[in-house]
Amino acid sequence: MHQDRDTEIELRLLIEAIYLKYSYDFRDYSGASVKRRVNHALRQFDCSTISALQERVLHEPAAFMQLLQFLTIPVSEMFRDPGHFLAIRQEVVPLLRTYPSIKIWIAGCSTGEEVYSMAILLREEGLLDRTIIYATDINPTSLEKAKQGIFSLENVRAYNQNYLKAGGQRAFSDYYTGAYEYAIFDKTLRENVTFADHSLATDSVFSETQLISCRNVLIYFNKKLQDRAFGLFHDSLCHRGFLVLGSKETLDFSAYSKSFEALVKQERIYRKS
Amino acid sequence: MKTTFSSGESTEQVLPVVDAIVVGASAGGVEALLKIFSAIKPGFRLPILTVLHVPEERRSQLAQVFQARLPIPVKEADDKESIVPGTLYFAPPGYHLSVEADLSLSLSQEDRVFYSRPSIDILFSSAGDAFGARLAGILLTGANPDGAASLAYIKQGGGMTVVQDPNQAQARTMPEAALALHEPDYLLPLHDIGELLTELERIAC
Repeated sequence: MHQDRDTEIELRLLIEAIYLKYSYDFRDYSGASVKRRVNHALRQFDCSTISALQERVLHEPAAFMQLLQFLTIPVSEMFRDPGHFLAIRQEVVPLLRTYPSIKIWIAGCSTGEEVYSMAILLREEGLLDRTIIYATDINPTSLEKAKQGIFSLENVRAYNQNYLKAGGQRAFSDYYTGAYEYAIFDKTLRENVTFADHSLATDSVFSETQLISCRNVLIYFNKKLQDRAFGLFHDSLCHRGFLVLGSKETLDFSAYSKSFEALVKQERIYRKS
Repeated sequence: MKTTFSSGESTEQVLPVVDAIVVGASAGGVEALLKIFSAIKPGFRLPILTVLHVPEERRSQLAQVFQARLPIPVKEADDKESIVPGTLYFAPPGYHLSVEADLSLSLSQEDRVFYSRPSIDILFSSAGDAFGARLAGILLTGANPDGAASLAYIKQGGGMTVVQDPNQAQARTMPEAALALHEPDYLLPLHDIGELLTELERIAC
């Protein structure tokens, strides 16, 4: 092993300390990515060793909240992988329509881009009014941002193409108001959205749902933690409920591969079997 | 630093035993990769992990293009799959590719490195951690410095490093950035890198 033994030990101790002190559990996250993010944080905190960072994080809760921003990855966009949203519109919505009321869980919603994308799609399909969306994440700062619904106007303009390719029926700009360099999203989109702190690593199921969207979250987990998450999704979904994943995420290698069937495999849309 | 390599030479070239090969390229990379991989014979048993900078939005045809020309399995890397010997993996567009300590692959969407996702530095440094000295890193043509620092990291961990001769690269920035940071074991034209791949495999397997 090139990664020197000391670094490896320090990294494990840091992750353990965070778990013991703050109950945030990164122990089963993919190691390579965690190591990069901690190294990145070291530079920002101006700490020369991971042990030094651990000391600060252990004794200063504010420093932990800062570190959490590095440990979680708020990389998101609206209507990311437009084909995915188009397939939801064409293949999933007609079936969702058959439910008198719909509950959707967006797990690992980060700063809310997936939430607003889903809400817009449901509004255009006439389903938003009878839907409750649970949008959960472990990072309170991200959740706060998601609740605000304010995004960089430059980014939002770039999402227009995605929106159209995803089968968008109006002008994307109908959904936000531009204010200087920001786009403020229509707050009626989140009237039925509950934003909540929830960890796929430590928390349990909280509601029965018809659809769960968890995109580009599971790639940061090892197989064991992925299976825990799939177990939660399986328990939460109603009979024949839908699970949608990120474009490089799959149930194929998991213990739950037999518990779901692919509805649109290419777009990572699964259905509880 | 050696500047030629030929498997036919009578003087025994001493190559290390490696468990994997990582390759990085950017501008001009498709041609360069086709050239070095054309040396691969059926039954090649080392795994090769490759990052080629590609536009993020598109579904990539890379694996198909190379599969049509190579006698070994070629695929876009999947998250959490175990590395299979004798397979050529490409990082998917829009995702970084890493090697985990248990020698499985993982994908991530952290920030771009030198405007690139996938990033060569991310593949090389994680592979360096996972394989240590039993790794060969090869950096080819490119118009940005991604991969230079992590190639030095591979060397520092006892691995073997190869840089394409900038004078023969379509874009010289990437190999030059590598040379500015460390002296690689080999500085070679593409043809010789192909031969070296074959020889590395012969020694390892």
